[in-house]
Amino acid sequence: MRPIEYVAAKTVQEAVTSLAEKGDAARPLAGGTDIIVQLRGGRRQLDRLVDMKAIPELNELTYNASSGLRIGAAVPCYRVYGNAEVAGAYPGLIDAASLVGGIQIQGRGSIGGNLCNAAPSGDTIPALIAHSAVAEITGPGGSREVPVEDFCTAPGRTVIQSGEILVAIRIPAPAAHFGACYMRFIPRNEMDIAVVGVGASVVMDGNKVTACRIALASVAPTPVYAAAAGAVLAGKEATEENINAVAEVAQSAATPISDMRGTAEYRTHLIGVLTRRALQSAIQRAKGA
Amino acid sequence: MTTSDKKKYKVIGTTPIRHDGADKVTGRAVYGIDFHTTGMLWGKILRSPHAHAKIKSIDATKALALPGVHAVVTGKDMAVARDIEVEAGETSLNYMHLSDNVMARDKALYKGHAVAAVAADTQHIAEEALGLIEVDYEVLTPVLNGREGMKSDAPLIHPDQTTKIMAFRFDPGTDSGEKSNIAGKSQLKLGDIDAGFKEADFIVEREYTTSWVHQGYIEAQNATAHWNNDDNITVWNSSQGTFNQRQLMAEILKHPVSQIKMVPMEIGGGFGGKIPVYLEIPAAMLSKKTGHPVKMTMTRTEVFEGTGPASAAQMKAKVGATKDGRITAAYAELVFEAGAFPGSAVGAGAQGMFTTYNIENVLIDGYDVVVNKPKSAAYRSPGTPQACFPAEAVIDELAELVGMDPLDFRMKNAAKEGDRRADGVQHPEMGNLECMEALKASDHYKSDLGGPNRGRGVASGYWGNAGMPASCSIAINADGTVSLAEGSPDIGGSRTSIAMMCAEAFGIAAEDVHPSIKDTDSIGYQGLTAGSSTTLRNGWAVFEVTNQAIELIKARAARLWETEPENVDFADGVFFSKAEKELKLTFKEMTGKLMETGGPISVAASVAPRGAGPSFTTHMVDVEVDPETGKVEILRYTAAQDVGTMIHPDYVEGQVQGGAVQGIGWALNEEYFFSDKGAMLNASYLDYRVPTMLDLPMIDTILVEHANPDHPFGVRGVAEISVVPPLGALANAIYAAVGVRMRDLPMAPHKIVKALQEKNGKTK
Ligand SMILES: Cc1cc2nc3c(=O)[nH]c(=O)nc-3n(C[C@H](O)[C@H](O)[C@H](O)COP(=O)(O)OP(=O)(O)OC[C@H]3O[C@@H](n4cnc5c(N)ncnc54)[C@H](O)[C@@H]3O)c2cc1C
Repeated sequence: MRPIEYVAAKTVQEAVTSLAEKGDAARPLAGGTDIIVQLRGGRRQLDRLVDMKAIPELNELTYNASSGLRIGAAVPCYRVYGNAEVAGAYPGLIDAASLVGGIQIQGRGSIGGNLCNAAPSGDTIPALIAHSAVAEITGPGGSREVPVEDFCTAPGRTVIQSGEILVAIRIPAPAAHFGACYMRFIPRNEMDIAVVGVGASVVMDGNKVTACRIALASVAPTPVYAAAAGAVLAGKEATEENINAVAEVAQSAATPISDMRGTAEYRTHLIGVLTRRALQSAIQRAKGA
Repeated sequence: MTTSDKKKYKVIGTTPIRHDGADKVTGRAVYGIDFHTTGMLWGKILRSPHAHAKIKSIDATKALALPGVHAVVTGKDMAVARDIEVEAGETSLNYMHLSDNVMARDKALYKGHAVAAVAADTQHIAEEALGLIEVDYEVLTPVLNGREGMKSDAPLIHPDQTTKIMAFRFDPGTDSGEKSNIAGKSQLKLGDIDAGFKEADFIVEREYTTSWVHQGYIEAQNATAHWNNDDNITVWNSSQGTFNQRQLMAEILKHPVSQIKMVPMEIGGGFGGKIPVYLEIPAAMLSKKTGHPVKMTMTRTEVFEGTGPASAAQMKAKVGATKDGRITAAYAELVFEAGAFPGSAVGAGAQGMFTTYNIENVLIDGYDVVVNKPKSAAYRSPGTPQACFPAEAVIDELAELVGMDPLDFRMKNAAKEGDRRADGVQHPEMGNLECMEALKASDHYKSDLGGPNRGRGVASGYWGNAGMPASCSIAINADGTVSLAEGSPDIGGSRTSIAMMCAEAFGIAAEDVHPSIKDTDSIGYQGLTAGSSTTLRNGWAVFEVTNQAIELIKARAARLWETEPENVDFADGVFFSKAEKELKLTFKEMTGKLMETGGPISVAASVAPRGAGPSFTTHMVDVEVDPETGKVEILRYTAAQDVGTMIHPDYVEGQVQGGAVQGIGWALNEEYFFSDKGAMLNASYLDYRVPTMLDLPMIDTILVEHANPDHPFGVRGVAEISVVPPLGALANAIYAAVGVRMRDLPMAPHKIVKALQEKNGKTK
């Protein structure tokens, strides 16, 4: 590992300038639970790390029942699930945030970092998509917003251009009778990368589903928003048959590969199983709410 | 729980605080990886990216030109070691192979094989220098599977290798004369299996495979070596045997043992993997070249790729039984992948297979096959988990055919004292059946499974345990305490157990004995900390030195009491005159009088005990299988083991639990994933999945204390065997839960789903 310059930016502007100076040889640093591992393993070479944790705005977590949730890009997972109001309103995100790594990782690793790392298996990303989250980005050219489902472009790649940073993730306030769930499959019970992950959300009207979103992890080069799968259920009763139909469409939205974590065939099978289970749980939660 | 609570001893059987406890919980204990000395350089190894390749040239010019780099060594700098095979505790090894494994000479034989080493001012410079060493390889076709490697048209890994044919284990053997990747073929034979199978009403014959698995010790391999100007070499490292490693160093470096000192640092796990030398050799060579001490440590990836895991195996098992449940014959074929050099644990595996049963007709063929994978090393009961897996799975199928409870079937066929093992040797006194009976009487056995997709499995296991030499010395202090020196690296709590036996002999408290572990210049020869032998053999050494000391102290008491030594006796910690009962002094009181009766007393002794006393065990496990995802949840686990007399029951229980957990990992999720070019794809703890706390229930133990009649304190090895049964027990439990027989390890979720889909006739 070569020596690396470390810059603790105090403002968004300072961070943007510092990053822009070095182009691709600089990257933001949040909790470091991805990037430091990658640097030490020789998978990345950088000249400069620009720390996001000292920028006040990136550490803010604000929730308001009418305007929704805004998660500063450097806010670690534990602060998200540790906030009772947030936990009640965004159950799918809480499922994901509380299973990233373990206690130590959650104390440091951020949801913003998970998103910007853009792993196909990133656990919070399908949950964010299910919750209709939007990324707020600022760069040398100003600010813009990108829905999370359009944020990741390839393994490890996002819409973020050099000099840009993710400032916050915004999630709208949940509708009445909203429920969500994120589930992943791993062979062990902790410390593993999702073989398949499924995020699901529903808005219910009695036993009828008025809106449904399904997103998948570890089944394609990026997390996948399976819009067609959710559409199957919109306006329909939450019956077993209809739920099975969603699972089938979700399976066809994926392009899984075979690797040491699972065969393509097994992954496709699991998308079906987890879509059904995550949906059922989201529906239960919506009804309970 | 334990099955006996008889109070024969005062110290033995209690659980005093461990002598190394304070240092370990406060982080003060100095492990090999913590060692640091003045003027030290850092070494790093360049490893082959290819599984099989000719090394045409190595050019280190650019690396040597990098500021901060001091030296580079390659295989060309090594002397050619002797091509002879020696016994090394649990397996055998060949000096030349070991030397070629430490540093490749002409060919790289697996991905991760060391090809060069560099010493530099810092680790980072050393790492950077590795990238500047230019190696010209000619890539060859790798052999990546034992059965493939056995074929006559397979590429030859060692072009001159022929097959050694052995009629029994450790037979010097005869040479087949034919070039082959099969390094050895061994056979165990008892009775006549053809006749045995004729008698059988039911015969089950199946094939099984297991994957490469790693011991998974926490502390990575490390060594710091200093080759002094006077040619004395000192090595500080964490190993499972300083004297063994001193010998290996001497052979490979062609240096006298008298000029090599191995200093045992605290060790963070070994399980067999820290018997061979790896970094010690290049560290010493780099130190010689630079004049500085050189420290080397492995990354976890290097540990996975460059040290010795346990062999993968391809196996066949066939067992027959009569209608009334008597096993009449057993046959097995064991193909073990040795890795890049001969010497898998196939012989030990054969020795343990079917051994918990009394079977009159047994034939086991074993093949030791070289493949382009890391050279296998010992791993807790080497070879036996692999071999007992097919045995226990086939026996489970037979029990079902016969219509007997799997535990009853095992009890009916259980080997007892005097019965013959497959190698013809008669079993000594032991507690095989007692373990099975204890399990049958347990709450676990009587409990309900309580739900669908749940099942219970049992499996038994055998491990012979080892003896090996030991030395220890004691110095008696005037305050009634004893300084105890020994030389066996303490992995499982042995120093406290050894101190407890010393305390027992003298009738003092465990805390009054101060044990320490010495370097090879400061104590007599010790065998390996392996083969579950350390407590057993050091118990003998302690027995020897304490008896000698007691005789010496009796003579001092005799002088005090103006009588002859034979008139003085010692019992329950008290010296007394046989004639005048009021003349008595405790051990502690006597130690205060040594100076006035002739001066201090210290005693040293070396022993080479036999009669290790074999281990027997049976495990029972309840699982729940998620039929949709194939995930296996372990609900309840009980291990019943004959542990001989327990010196420190907590340590014994810890050994039994730890082995069971390693076996659970082996069964369910641990495996080396190799690419089709022989590269390990999961060389980190992220994707090499050892069980975590959340994957395990409490491992309950039933500790059957069947004292070893051949040991002064009744000790039997306890530390290895519990890794053996989980493989079969879990396969049997999964079958009981969801009706599929898993014959290929690990029984990963995707395989279980596939098996269930095939069973249910679904393809989707
Ligand atoms: C032991 C262990 C277990 C893990 N388990 C899981 C798991 O179960 N599930 C899972 O999904 N992940 C897991 N991870 C990965 C990692 O912890 C998560 O992805 C975490 O959320 C990353 O957050 P971070 O703040 O540490 O990101 P960092 O490592 O700081 O950054 C990650 C990436 O995002 C970029 N980045 C960070 N902040 C910004 C910003 N504001 N703007 C633009 N780019 C930015 C960085 O440059 C980097 O490329 C695990 C990691 C470890 C070490």
